[in-house]
Amino acid sequence: MYSRPSVVGLVVRYTLIGLALLYALFPVLWILSASFNPTNNLLEQRLFPANPTLEHYRRLFTDPTVPFPRWILNTLQVSGITSVITVFLCALGAYAFSRFRFRGRRAGLLGLLLVQMFPQMLAMVAIYLLLIKIKEFVPWLGYNTHPGLIMVYLGGAMGFNTWFMKGYFDTIPRSVEESALVDGATPFQAFLRIVLPLARPILAVVLIIQFITTYSEYVLASILLKGTDMYTLSVGLRFFIQQAYDRRWGAFSAAAILGALLILAIFLPLQKLIISGLTGGAVKE
Amino acid sequence: MAGREVVAQGAKLGLLALLDAAAVWAAVSLLLRGDHLLLAVLAAGALLLNFVVLSRRAYPLRFLLPGLVFLFAMVVYPIGYTINVSLTNLQTGNLLTKSQVIAQLEGRYYLPPDHATFSYWAFRNPQGELRVILLAQDGRSYLSEGSQLLPVDLTDPRFVRGTDGTVVAFDDFTRLSLAQIYQSLPALERLDLMLEGVHVRLATVREFGTYLRKYEYLRDVDAIRDLETGIVYTAREGYFTSPDGVRIEPGFQIYVGFRNYLDVLTNPGIRADFTRVFGWTVAWSFLTVFFSFWLGLVLAYLLNDPYVRGRFFYRSLLIIPYAMPAFISALVWAGLFNTDLGVINRIIGELFGTKVRWLQDPMWARAALIFINVWLTYPYMMIVSLGALQSIPKEMYEAARVDGATGWQRFWTITMPLLWVSVAPLLIGSFAFTFNNFTIIWLVTAGRPAVLGAATPAGATDILISWTYRLAFEGDRGNQLGLASAVSIIIFVIIATISAVNFRFTRALEDVSRGV
Repeated sequence: MYSRPSVVGLVVRYTLIGLALLYALFPVLWILSASFNPTNNLLEQRLFPANPTLEHYRRLFTDPTVPFPRWILNTLQVSGITSVITVFLCALGAYAFSRFRFRGRRAGLLGLLLVQMFPQMLAMVAIYLLLIKIKEFVPWLGYNTHPGLIMVYLGGAMGFNTWFMKGYFDTIPRSVEESALVDGATPFQAFLRIVLPLARPILAVVLIIQFITTYSEYVLASILLKGTDMYTLSVGLRFFIQQAYDRRWGAFSAAAILGALLILAIFLPLQKLIISGLTGGAVKE
Repeated sequence: MAGREVVAQGAKLGLLALLDAAAVWAAVSLLLRGDHLLLAVLAAGALLLNFVVLSRRAYPLRFLLPGLVFLFAMVVYPIGYTINVSLTNLQTGNLLTKSQVIAQLEGRYYLPPDHATFSYWAFRNPQGELRVILLAQDGRSYLSEGSQLLPVDLTDPRFVRGTDGTVVAFDDFTRLSLAQIYQSLPALERLDLMLEGVHVRLATVREFGTYLRKYEYLRDVDAIRDLETGIVYTAREGYFTSPDGVRIEPGFQIYVGFRNYLDVLTNPGIRADFTRVFGWTVAWSFLTVFFSFWLGLVLAYLLNDPYVRGRFFYRSLLIIPYAMPAFISALVWAGLFNTDLGVINRIIGELFGTKVRWLQDPMWARAALIFINVWLTYPYMMIVSLGALQSIPKEMYEAARVDGATGWQRFWTITMPLLWVSVAPLLIGSFAFTFNNFTIIWLVTAGRPAVLGAATPAGATDILISWTYRLAFEGDRGNQLGLASAVSIIIFVIIATISAVNFRFTRALEDVSRGV
């Protein structure tokens, strides 16, 4: 497909890549610089600060008016619990759809396919009212609680991931469990001891993607959480920087860098795995 | 083995028994509260659970149920609820049910012109109980006893008199000073005392008065009669309305059929907003996908070139916008595009000596949003194209080269058609995702700048989903939950259509590629 380019051709190529890198890294470099810049004002920022400082990072963890550690902790808790439960519940459901033949199986699969097309946030009004109702009966599971938010996320995660895992389970030959079933193991034991270990790659993909998705979710969290101590990072950071670009840019940049690093540290080493999941296997690498 | 099985069975049944006991307890408390709907839900849930655990036929359900519970509670039920709300007039002013409104109206009173007045003394005991002594103009006096007013003889020695001859205390109650009365006004206003069938309530800070009930509900004609004026207000379109069209606030919820949908299509103000928002939503999705696809494809082409060195390194850097959490990128870009403080305007200022009003001018705000979203999206397109490019068999190019095709010809006749097969469905998927990408819009512009004279809170950069959010939750024009739900359903129909087309398209393209 490619032939050896001329010198001009090579210069053009590297120039284009250079421009693309400038575009890609422009905002990243600015907040990196802002996070080390002593000023908090966006206007006074220079790309190469004269006297770099770690003050903004220190402030994130020491200033009680910036509940940054709380937000990170909330986010990790909500995303961690959501992704682990998602993996387990979806694996269970996917296994049933893949291995058992029962009445309503086809209808169930079709239903899953339809439901996962519906973006959950379209029903935000209903979810908001539902969680307020739940709070009346079970205060720890309702509006403005983390278990409530997790429950909402779990519901939204079921459709696609069950469907996605079922496809993978279908590729694991039935013969691997059959000997165990003959030896008297229940299907559940066969699932737990034989199929799950074999399905580790897909479990990892779902776990990581669900973690990143939940970590980055903004809409539902902003509707369902009230009070700065309950916020996740997305809601908290928006609350923190809104209308305060002239006063909090430095601290915000430090928080943004840390918040992004957490995800970059997962994403970049595992990019192949994640991308194969995000493109739904449509692209072979 | 057998022993372990017995233990496992026992544990299972024990757990079930415990859950059932909890369900029975919850059922009793619901029954006592009279909440029959929830009771039915609970009963159905408990029966299903027992069936699933005990029946062999329900074995697959044991695997499915845990996930289904969440799916039903948090997706399926909310969808149904949204459809339901979209058929009602639920909005600020019509949030209560009819029976709640009737109860509220029947608790209202008016002061008739010929009302009697009482001066009063208010008292409190250490437990915080509030009681009053009322002095009628004819010299009689009354003491409140619960919600009753009973005649009382103030010469009784239990009433302690002060120097001016007024009662200052009785039993363990002491009289409130004027300052304390002001503090206790809400509690005093809540007092509703009965005196020989007449309501006596606080009229002014210094007086109680005899009140009459203002409204009476007429069950058989479903109307409210104003007992003061005699006007009958019939239930019409969510309000009790008089013959000359005067409405009593608040209104109540009713089903309005497809009126919310019709409003979107025919009400001039709402339709104008819808059309504008819809047009921008489509433009925003299309332009994002268009620019990011071509940028991604060009980069993929460059990074696939074996004569370019350091490809893996560039690729890892170019992927960063995709790997960053989108909400962080959006907030950062919003800062960089800030009109007065932002870096971008500073650079433009130094180059051209002017300022672009990025987030205040509708066209510039839209341009900035697309610029930002292309930044967020092109790495995905790049990765996808890279994968597709690599899966094109090399032999096809060799054959073309032998036939004497130029580079451009090879690109348009071999690369693009084959790339298209695997990429087109993902582009449509990306279009559908961008269509509902609330986060970017909300965190960069929040739908602003506002559009002057708009009938609903729809800003110049609002997409359908953010418009829905503002209809439902933005307070300054009230919460139009019914209309917001109708727009949600319209969005869903659009997305479902796109997805259906996508399914067809994918299959058609697969057929095409098989024919190659």
